[in-house]
Amino acid sequence: MNIMKMISAEKIYKSFDELEVLKGVSLDVEKGEVVAIIGPSGSGKSTFLRCMNRLELIDGGSITIGGDQLVSTTSDGKVVYVEEAKARMICRRTGMVFQHFNLFPHLTVLENVIEAPMTVKGIKKEEIIPEAKELLRKVGLDDKLDSYPSRLSGGQKQRVAIARALAMKPDIMLFDEPTSALDPELTGEVLKSIRQLAEEHMTMIVVTHEMGFAQDVANRVIFMDKGEIIEEGTPEEVFGNPQHQRTQAFLNHLSAR
Amino acid sequence: MDYIFNILDQLLISTQDTFSYIFRILPAMVDGTKVTLMMFFATIALSLPLGLLLSLGRISRFRLLNSAIGVYIWLFRGTPLMLQLLFVYFGLPIIPVIGEVLVLTAFQAALLAFVLNYAAYFAEIFRGGIQSIERGQYEGAKALGMTYAQMMRRIILPQVIKRVLPPVSNETITLVKDTSLIYVLAMNDLLRTARGLVQRDFSLTPFIVAGVFYLLMTFVLTKIFARLEKRYAVYDE
Ligand SMILES: Nc1ncnc2c1ncn2[C@@H]1O[C@H](COP(=O)(O)OP(=O)(O)O)[C@@H](O)[C@H]1O
Ligand SMILES: [Mg+2]
Repeated sequence: MNIMKMISAEKIYKSFDELEVLKGVSLDVEKGEVVAIIGPSGSGKSTFLRCMNRLELIDGGSITIGGDQLVSTTSDGKVVYVEEAKARMICRRTGMVFQHFNLFPHLTVLENVIEAPMTVKGIKKEEIIPEAKELLRKVGLDDKLDSYPSRLSGGQKQRVAIARALAMKPDIMLFDEPTSALDPELTGEVLKSIRQLAEEHMTMIVVTHEMGFAQDVANRVIFMDKGEIIEEGTPEEVFGNPQHQRTQAFLNHLSAR
Repeated sequence: MDYIFNILDQLLISTQDTFSYIFRILPAMVDGTKVTLMMFFATIALSLPLGLLLSLGRISRFRLLNSAIGVYIWLFRGTPLMLQLLFVYFGLPIIPVIGEVLVLTAFQAALLAFVLNYAAYFAEIFRGGIQSIERGQYEGAKALGMTYAQMMRRIILPQVIKRVLPPVSNETITLVKDTSLIYVLAMNDLLRTARGLVQRDFSLTPFIVAGVFYLLMTFVLTKIFARLEKRYAVYDE
């Protein structure tokens, strides 16, 4: 097997009280693949992504990350997660970037990046600092090491968040609308950093409204609506020749804006 | 002219008298202040950590723990501190079994009541602080692989401290003055010492001196908290 599945999610179900948000969503992501998830808001994109690192617990289905099963569902419908410590280890293979950054305001830029490697992995400060500085240099923030997040622009915050996630050396990066909270003129610098990661063959799932970006960077585009995957294919297929009427309507609606 | 000099002279003598009187009562007042400060520091040192533990229990998912602490907080915030003091000192010893094993000095009894009472207030302050931290902070920490303990220790609580400093400062200053309640257990703190002197010497000066002492203590505390707040002001949220 030379193509390795980094993430395998099968028939994921998730409800919030009465509201069924995911209705059997399945997705396999191979090593080095960039998958873009598009779709109207409220369709369950974030929820699906958040199931991958246990920010949401699923009600049905199974998830395997890097070959290790995180959660499965028995034939009689019982959802079984592996024990807590193991689950944490498995989810550590993912790094997440949030729409609203979620930087730690009481820590400087550099401290934000080194915090988890030190606390979670027990890496010594002096060992992680050079790596952290290099990551921050890559996202163009080596002049902001000692700034607090409140002093940064949205674009800068999001690039710190990317560096912070990368410092844990994840195998898969999960992006949840990384540019949606940014002013239009700031999205470019963030997209550039993500694009750079794609060039380095980082495996990624990117929920995005940036269709141009999805078209350029993604190997595969997935259109989700009302908790289901409606259509998937290469960017050319999904954007150039959408098969499903709901995909067409969504794309038309976007381009009409 | 002579008349005016006379008055000034008298005034000088009485001022000198007052000063020498203050000097004479000073050792007793300082001893009383020591009792007050001991009670204050012991209460702070114990009630802050206990309050923190209680707040963590209060927000935990263990229903029983959660509601037990709820009742505890309700009891100790809902009844007078004076009643709690009297109950611990006079009430506990007459309860069967407990009264036989738990023999407390006046200081220990007062400390127990103060710690239990202040921990209830601090618990509520901390709970509010913890719950005011945005969900994104928890999610950011969890997505980085932190355990609950790591997340609390490194991410949530450091931010809570900044937010609870003003109310904690308030409570702390109130505690300085609340310590004077221990006079009911016949302990010679600053206020009771002053009252003893007032009754003995028919002079109000000891009360004034005591007031100045309390003001000094709360002044120092106010300064300390202002410093802390300034230190935490290096970052905005
Ligand atoms: N924690 C939650 N509690 C209740 N409802 C939620 C929660 N999170 C999401 N939802 C609901 O689930 C649906 C899907 O949300 P989401 O996954 O955020 O969609 P998307 O990211 O595609 O916009 C929405 O209707 C949303 O209101
Ligand atoms: Mg979303």
